[in-house]
Amino acid sequence: MNPASTQNLSSLKPGETALISNIDADNSLFHRLAALGFRNGKRVELVRCASFNGPLHVRIGSTDIILRRTEASRIQVQTS
Amino acid sequence: MKRIALLGMPNTGKSTLFNRLSGASARVGNWPGITVDLMSAKILIGGHIAELIDLPGLYDLHGYSDDEQVVRHFLCNNTIDLVMIVANSAQIDRQLSLALQIRALGLPCILLLNMSDEAKRAGITINTEEMSFKLNMPVVQISAKYGVRCPDALKAASLVLSKQKQHVDAEKISKQLQQDSNIEAEMEAIVEATVQMPMQLGDDLTNRIDKVLLHPWLGLPIFFAAMYILFQFIFNAGKPLQDGIAWLLAIFRTNALEPLLLNAPTWLSGLLLDGVYNGLGTVAAFIPIIVLFFLIMTMVEDSGYLSRAAFLVDALMAKMGLDGRGFVMVLMGFGCNVPALMGTRVMRSKNMRLLTMLVIPLSLCSARLQVFLFMTATLFTASQAPLVLFALYLVSFITIFITAMLFKNQYPNSEPFILELPPYRFPTGRQIWLRGWQEVKYFLSRASKFITIGVILVWALTHFPLDAAPASSATLAGKIGDCFSVVLNPIGIDSQLAITLIFGFVAKEIVIGALAVIYGLQGDALMHLMAQKLDWVQGMSFMLFTLIYTPCLSTIITLKNEAKSWAFAMLSIIWSLMLAWIVSFVFYQSARWLGF
Repeated sequence: MNPASTQNLSSLKPGETALISNIDADNSLFHRLAALGFRNGKRVELVRCASFNGPLHVRIGSTDIILRRTEASRIQVQTS
Repeated sequence: MKRIALLGMPNTGKSTLFNRLSGASARVGNWPGITVDLMSAKILIGGHIAELIDLPGLYDLHGYSDDEQVVRHFLCNNTIDLVMIVANSAQIDRQLSLALQIRALGLPCILLLNMSDEAKRAGITINTEEMSFKLNMPVVQISAKYGVRCPDALKAASLVLSKQKQHVDAEKISKQLQQDSNIEAEMEAIVEATVQMPMQLGDDLTNRIDKVLLHPWLGLPIFFAAMYILFQFIFNAGKPLQDGIAWLLAIFRTNALEPLLLNAPTWLSGLLLDGVYNGLGTVAAFIPIIVLFFLIMTMVEDSGYLSRAAFLVDALMAKMGLDGRGFVMVLMGFGCNVPALMGTRVMRSKNMRLLTMLVIPLSLCSARLQVFLFMTATLFTASQAPLVLFALYLVSFITIFITAMLFKNQYPNSEPFILELPPYRFPTGRQIWLRGWQEVKYFLSRASKFITIGVILVWALTHFPLDAAPASSATLAGKIGDCFSVVLNPIGIDSQLAITLIFGFVAKEIVIGALAVIYGLQGDALMHLMAQKLDWVQGMSFMLFTLIYTPCLSTIITLKNEAKSWAFAMLSIIWSLMLAWIVSFVFYQSARWLGF
């Protein structure tokens, strides 16, 4: 494994944390994510995934958020 | 009169604060150019009466979501003397941006840091004086849920109110939003200087509960079990209450109204008793169900479980263009469509809400169940009847699925599915009762008129002309039944059953009563006659048609109120009529073709 590898938020495993490195989304999604605390450099934790390829449960700071995999795949993260 | 707007992100307890400040005096108001209902109330503030308006929750002013557009529109088209910005104390590190955006518009505002109780428990301290100085607006830390420091918030508000009012135009909003990056930097600086957060965040109790309730294998079974229990509670506790109301209404009718109208002409007493009074009775029958439904839904919603339910079942719903919260409402629709439709307000994307509202009337509600229990007992053996009922539930699910699949492109959802999971909370009894009361008030004020008119109309159809026997083929309803025989014969429904379908338009459970009137028989005698007159294929076809053909009158009126569109209510009727006919036709003709 690379010491710092870039991947999708949706490919993290439950319990893993990473730093957000890039958010590649259209305006409406980008602003929604930003308002919920998704910004470059922020630490994000993948808490759990729902069964049947369902949404992800992530934690940023004091906020717990659920989002679908399609939206999560727009968020690039860096694991250290 | 001064006008105060209450504004904040979702899940900040904004509506709790609104209820705290307004008591039970809130009413739903119409605002120019705005298609959603906004609650408003008159409150006493600093010796003056002011109008307080609860705006929908929003993340920012960009206007990408339906709610953001509503708020933008409201701010641009109404003069506002004060904006009360509500933020969650525990999430102030990201919610401050909204306060900065509003301030940049030049609107007079104060910032209320809500949920001080939770912030305290989490070990978050905020220097409100310093924050107030840096933001150049009053900042008060409150707990709307427990009423802590709310009077201080009002005092601060009244000081700002005495200043000059400002006007906002749309251009200003767009221009100001381009400075988003400045806002972000300023927010970080202010938070850095005024907020102390502990290193380890996250509610431990919530984490532990989530480990069970959101468990990969246990989560879904627990969800379905919980839904089943809540469902049983709402509708089992509701039934005796409904029966009680019906009993009281019947007593009043026989002891007061009927003697009073003894000497009135038959048509007049029929109109007043079977039309107007029954209409009011139809409305009244929904009151216990709506109250109970919202008592339970408020607990499910405010406790934080509804968003978690969305997390659990979203994978199943996403393909149908719906989301997990819609699924909960559809499930509740199997008890009664009316409160389920009102409950869809929790979904903030208009299109997704409309799609959910389109499928809810197809769920086999308890009123339809009464008809099917009677019919299956009449036409099938005791061992067959449960299977037939199961088949009807299955058909109901399939029609929901087909409808969602067919219409999902008509109502494309534009909003991303991103929801906050709030920590588990216990709503106070006050919050729960207030919600139940508000919803009933809303239903009564919006629906009673149209429902009563509908009941009178059906009464007239089944009783005019006056020389014909009620509900006979000589009445207007009978004539209509004859007109439709061309389409109803191919699905095995004769003209007498067609009349019951017209009754069923008012409320599905009336169908049995209508049969009793038409054949002049009741109970076992009616069952016996039905079993002779109908074979099982006809009966099944009739049940399929009754299941789908039209939502009941109260559901239609609620659809119209919630969608704010008669056209949408019409679409629902026409679609279900078409679907009902096709399903019954395919069933009836293929059963006959197979030789049954």
